[in-house]
Amino acid sequence: MLIVEQFPVLVVAISLLSAFTILVAGLVNKKSCCFISIATILVQLVMAFYILNHVLTEGTIHYWLGGWKPPWGIEYVVDALNAYVLVIVLFIALICAIYSKRSIEHELPHKLVSFYTVYQLLITGMCGVTVTGDMFNMYVFLEIMCIAGYALIASSKIGLKAGFTYLVMGSIGACFVLLGIGFLYSVTGSLNMHDLSLLLPPLYGNRVVQAAFVFFFTGLGIKMAFFPLHTWQPDAYAYAPSAVSVIIAAAMSKVSIYAFLRVLFSVYTAEFIRIYAPLTTVISWLAAIAIIFGSVYALAQYNLKRMFAYSSVAHVGYIMLAVGICTSTTLGLTPAVMHLLNHAVMKGCLFLIAGAFIYKRAELWDIMKFPGLGRKMPYTGIAFIFTALAMCDIPPSAGFVTILYLILAFLEAGQFIFAAVILFSVIVTFFYFFHVVEMMYLRVGVEEEIEKERGEIPMSMLIPVFLLAALCWITGVIWLMKIPFPILDAVNSMFGLGVVP
Amino acid sequence: MIEWFIEELLAKYNYWVSIILILIGFYAMIAKDNLIKKVIGLSIFQTAIFLFYISLADIGPIPKGTAPIVSEEMIHMGYVYVNPLPHVLILTAIVVAVATTAVALALVIRLYEEYGTIEESEIIELERQRGL
Repeated sequence: MLIVEQFPVLVVAISLLSAFTILVAGLVNKKSCCFISIATILVQLVMAFYILNHVLTEGTIHYWLGGWKPPWGIEYVVDALNAYVLVIVLFIALICAIYSKRSIEHELPHKLVSFYTVYQLLITGMCGVTVTGDMFNMYVFLEIMCIAGYALIASSKIGLKAGFTYLVMGSIGACFVLLGIGFLYSVTGSLNMHDLSLLLPPLYGNRVVQAAFVFFFTGLGIKMAFFPLHTWQPDAYAYAPSAVSVIIAAAMSKVSIYAFLRVLFSVYTAEFIRIYAPLTTVISWLAAIAIIFGSVYALAQYNLKRMFAYSSVAHVGYIMLAVGICTSTTLGLTPAVMHLLNHAVMKGCLFLIAGAFIYKRAELWDIMKFPGLGRKMPYTGIAFIFTALAMCDIPPSAGFVTILYLILAFLEAGQFIFAAVILFSVIVTFFYFFHVVEMMYLRVGVEEEIEKERGEIPMSMLIPVFLLAALCWITGVIWLMKIPFPILDAVNSMFGLGVVP
Repeated sequence: MIEWFIEELLAKYNYWVSIILILIGFYAMIAKDNLIKKVIGLSIFQTAIFLFYISLADIGPIPKGTAPIVSEEMIHMGYVYVNPLPHVLILTAIVVAVATTAVALALVIRLYEEYGTIEESEIIELERQRGL
């Protein structure tokens, strides 16, 4: 009989153990690494579903490490938001692990063992940030995640410079987070998130507490590539190996956003945001600029992965815009939490497809070389069109649902200018995806070349692509049928949002 | 003036030192062209934060706190103890810092093998020539 209360710690521990197992197994048989990784993530994903089910039916899970009572010991807390993010992260990790088998064998043939070891450490870090209820523990897992990320990005030759830039900026972000934790500790003497949320309200006027918040905002803003701090992101996404691009774009950025939401609503509370109302104005306007900037820059790119990276800047903007207006609507965090899943699925699928083109021929990162590609790779091309339509927010896709709820929230809050920003972004998104589709289908390539190079990517890469492309639409329908709404309601009621005072 | 000097600077000199070190490290990370110097800046930045945490631990009044090994005899003699928790946190943070520095140095070595230089501007120039 398995006990669901212990799953949060097992999710992290299994992943960490499998990292070392892979390292040892790699000495004997290099091919086994991938299967160990997939098996581990599958077990973790099943656990994550059990946790989600348990959280929704029985309530929040508290796990005390070593039996030490909080606030003295480290506590793992899993509520509706954690469990939901955990499922997203592990699902994307599983898809990416299946896809990486052929992709990594093709791109990094000599580094299979080390790739899967570091990949598993990355997943350990992501799960750790998600399940923990302790500030310092969160910092340590954030660093495990990011250090693994730096190493993975730099594992390809062209990614070296991008990896180093990310390392420097990411370390500055991590140092700011550490400094913020130190500030909070110096005024409260506690590191437990729940304990902090009880100790902080009388101290909201304190300069140290306010300075700590600025440090958290800046530090986690770097990690999630929020607008003025995104400069590392386009290079890192574009030059990383294709499987790595998928996991960092779809899962890692979501974990950083989750960490920010946790600090904003669980450590500081919605009350803090209501007292310092200019805070939400700053977040909303930065997010609006991020959306415009990201969309316009994506239009100007001829490197496919860079285009998707700038589009990610815009989509982080969507989520933060939803966070910025969460206190002034009855929808609360609904659009933000919704878009965590929607963006993970859509951007994951786009990077899988970009990787598939590069797998086919190394220079196919360049959109100018795309003519005739739609006929060379018919199935991948169709998957790309479906995902692009979802990104362009055609109903009932995942992108459409986000836009719908965002605009409902803006209309309710009376912020029409942000609704205009979103509509502008949708139009620009349509243009840059149309440009790619036009290059693939409407421009005719050389006939003999098309005949010679006709051929698809291997089945183990095609199935993940199709699965995510289908999910882009299925999640949209599921959201519209309001099936996962208990999660959103639980998140809103937990954070005291959704009621306008 | 002198009172201010004693209260704000001397009594809190360890905090001032850590702030100055943080700024030095931060400057080196964003302004230096040499990648090794950036890594050195990173180390200074992290170490300065460790100093800040260690300063937090000493919560005792003027007879400064001693090592937190509690015994009956010491309590009778009126010893004050430092808070051990920041020390433990920093022990973990040092491990994180070592890992970051190790990855950073490994990347610098790979960059040197690839481009033959560790000046950031020259690497960017070489990348531009390769058409990336």
